[in-house]
Amino acid sequence: MSLPDAAVEDAVARMTTGQVVNDFNIQISTVNGSGSQTANLLLMRAIFQMGIPVSGKNLFPSNIAGLPTWYTIRISKDGYVGRQRDVDFLIAMNRATARDDVMALPPRAAVVYDEPLELSGLRDDVSFYPVPFDKLVAEVCSDAKLRRLVRNVIYDGVLAKILGVDMAQLELALNRQLGRKVKALALNQAALQAGFEFADQHLTKEDRFSLAPMDATQGKILIDGNAAAALGALMAGVTVVAWYPITPSSSLCETLIEYLRKYRIDAETGKATFAVVQAEDEVAAIGMALGAGWSGARSMTSTSGPGISLMSEFAGLGYYAEVPTVIFDIQRVGPSTGLPTRTSQGDILSTAVLSHGDSKHVLLLPSSVKECYVMAQQAFDIAERLQTPVFVMSDLDLGMNNWMSEPFDYPEKPMDRGKLLDDEVLTKIGKWGRYRDVDGDGIPYRTIPGDGMPTYFCRGSGHNELAEYSESATDYEDNLKRLNQKFETARKLVPGLVVERASDGPIGVIAYGSSHWSTIESCDQLVKMAGVTVEYARLRAYPFYSDLGEFIDRHERIYVIEQNRDAQLLSLMRMELSPSRLVKLRSVLHYSGLPIDAQTITESVLAQEGCDLEPVEES
Amino acid sequence: MSTTTPSPGKKKINRIGLEVRTYRGGKTTLCAGCGHNAISERIVDAFFDMGVDPSSVIKLSGIGCSSKSPAYFLGGSHGFNAVHGRMPSVGTGAVMANKKMIAIGTSGDGDTGAIGVGQFVHMMRRNLPFIYIIEDNGCYGLTKGQFSPTADLGSKLKTGVVNDLPPIDTCALAIELGATFVARSFSGDKKQLLAILKSALSHRGTAMIDVISPCVTFNDHEGSTKSYAYARDHDEPLGEINFVPYFEDIEVDYEPGTTQEVSLHDGSKILLKKLDENYDPTDRLQALRILHETARRDEFATGVLYVEPDKDDFIELLNLVDEPLASLTADRIRPPRKAFKEMMENLR
Repeated sequence: MSLPDAAVEDAVARMTTGQVVNDFNIQISTVNGSGSQTANLLLMRAIFQMGIPVSGKNLFPSNIAGLPTWYTIRISKDGYVGRQRDVDFLIAMNRATARDDVMALPPRAAVVYDEPLELSGLRDDVSFYPVPFDKLVAEVCSDAKLRRLVRNVIYDGVLAKILGVDMAQLELALNRQLGRKVKALALNQAALQAGFEFADQHLTKEDRFSLAPMDATQGKILIDGNAAAALGALMAGVTVVAWYPITPSSSLCETLIEYLRKYRIDAETGKATFAVVQAEDEVAAIGMALGAGWSGARSMTSTSGPGISLMSEFAGLGYYAEVPTVIFDIQRVGPSTGLPTRTSQGDILSTAVLSHGDSKHVLLLPSSVKECYVMAQQAFDIAERLQTPVFVMSDLDLGMNNWMSEPFDYPEKPMDRGKLLDDEVLTKIGKWGRYRDVDGDGIPYRTIPGDGMPTYFCRGSGHNELAEYSESATDYEDNLKRLNQKFETARKLVPGLVVERASDGPIGVIAYGSSHWSTIESCDQLVKMAGVTVEYARLRAYPFYSDLGEFIDRHERIYVIEQNRDAQLLSLMRMELSPSRLVKLRSVLHYSGLPIDAQTITESVLAQEGCDLEPVEES
Repeated sequence: MSTTTPSPGKKKINRIGLEVRTYRGGKTTLCAGCGHNAISERIVDAFFDMGVDPSSVIKLSGIGCSSKSPAYFLGGSHGFNAVHGRMPSVGTGAVMANKKMIAIGTSGDGDTGAIGVGQFVHMMRRNLPFIYIIEDNGCYGLTKGQFSPTADLGSKLKTGVVNDLPPIDTCALAIELGATFVARSFSGDKKQLLAILKSALSHRGTAMIDVISPCVTFNDHEGSTKSYAYARDHDEPLGEINFVPYFEDIEVDYEPGTTQEVSLHDGSKILLKKLDENYDPTDRLQALRILHETARRDEFATGVLYVEPDKDDFIELLNLVDEPLASLTADRIRPPRKAFKEMMENLR
């Protein structure tokens, strides 16, 4: 298979002129707890403000202070925001990892490093820029205790000179972050300036990477998935939040608490239209959420894998006794403690069927920060419409990293509070039963404490249509059949497939969640590098709708891309799809804990397709 | 009592015009003579006497024989039978969602003392407005007679197995954790239990009542310290309890210093004695001491052991609007466009 012209052109350009503008990957290696987060976010925001598409990924240890942490900022003129494997420009501040970081670089990379690390001799095919950070920080900060806090900002100043990061944008970003803290602002500004001046006077640019202003981020916002989800819950009118802290979920509820305190205090009385409880554990958290949902409040909790495991019994109760609530799972790496600061899509299978016995749950699969916002709201509507727990399956990569996005929209749709019994309905249907299907959709009408309607006993034990205790075989079977009917109704309520790349060729690709970004990039790589065009459909929820089967029917081979070892989403498809459809499905599996990258997908697809393609080498 | 004087041929009604049968639930499926049935009856009486509107009550439970009880009282109230040991969390969520509801829950010694001990601890700390009843028989009735964590050291099962672990004293634990109303009674002690339940209805916060409720099938045999016979012989009441509802003005006057007798499940009467004049239920350390001392003598102190009437309850700490959160309409819970615009601006 020959390379198409465009790919050849690109490669030739990189090899000859060597200049790489707005298309490289920066990695900053520091020690966690050393104040690098401020410097890194500053850098990312400044580049974003220059109108250049940018994404930042934090690779932090499961620790409070003292261990290595890496922050990557990918700059992509084409707007690719998935993780890039290779590091082009390294900022090495951590002695413990500096050598390994440098040795892992591709040829023609560049390194800004803390002078005492003495890295320049390690490679002759890499450009080195030693910077005496200690000397520079001492010059701008007389208080030795504060030096630690501004030391890292110096490298932002250095990069401003070497890469062409706009100093005015850095200042603007600094102001935005520290505006009200006058002393801190002055100190950081001085550090920025010191870095810039040092680079200007003592460093000669030898590398090929640079930034040039663009107009690709006009009007956009920068936000992490957890904050977006919190915003969604706020706009959905959540009133009861019960939670237990766990990485990487905590910031969702913590951000929500801030928003609630700001926007949900009654102006007249100064009282809250919400209740938040930090429960004693995840079992209590979901118990509280279900108790509140049963009582008619919009309730939620947020957790990660280990918490989901703990919630399994209550999830089954919620399913069987038909109580609405929303659970956010910000997935990390398991099993067990696993890697608390790494990402995966490892809870998909177990959460879809969470609990003993025949249980099935609705899962929403956001791919972007905007979908975290939108699907949070949809989750509340669907939970109350279906009278069941609904899970929003986000992950660490989406939840804790900052992503660019179009601004979110104010919700125009009124809230769907679901089928609540009132006098009008009661008159229409005659005799009411809590678990009686009157409309054929499997969804009964429910009543809530204090609404003046007939009461009932909500329980996990066998019950008949009137919610009376029952051990009768037919009652049990009919109830379970109706719950299945409800799940059929759910198919039409949840978001369907989105075709992100069209093609009528033999290959189809399915991805979901944060894999989307690298999948899109891979689709383009497949075209450029191998002339292979695929149709890529992004899955947005479980249960599946008929559009999935139809998509599969259009192709001969379909690659299902997942960030877990056991092909969990494909396993869910196995539970439902016919053998003739199943036989077409293949997996692309990535489960190292790092966010999936485009190259991994491209290589896997090509290997399975039987194409041995040599990666483009640079001399 | 707060009922009108019945005229011949007319049924008794309470202050909101309801008959006592409105407060009953379904027919019990518990064993004949089970202490839990008596507790259910007392709940019916208490709510009737106090003129509580059943539609303003939510009744909760965990899992176990105890937790079947809510089906047998207050049939007109919403109920939630949760999962084993987790009644507190469900109750907490429910009360937060609608603080106007009166919440009552029945749990067992296993449901509270074993699997539920964690949630029990935090419930006592939070002081949620909730009547928390432990129907305590020292065994697991529903799974056919294993020991529970409140089974006394040395007590014996029918099979001859002896318990060699010290029991959890849920009352002492509750007091230690900051609970604001802690009482113990005996299922057969109608007057005391009824009086305690009525006090509980007026208490602002968690009212925890440990009710020794002998299991006729699995734990009411010789050697069990929670049998009717044992409790009758060793019960040490803390004296007279007679709750006076605030809307009535009734005076009661008993003679001090006579020995109290406890009602048996065959229906014999109880004699309540005057309060030990030194006993102050607001003295926490004294309450704990009494519990330890009586336990050492293999006795059960009964009555209102500890009460702290003025502590803020959990709902007050949340500073909620007056209307139940569950009833708030979109205009109260969805921030307006102007606020949303501000949120977006702050993210640019």
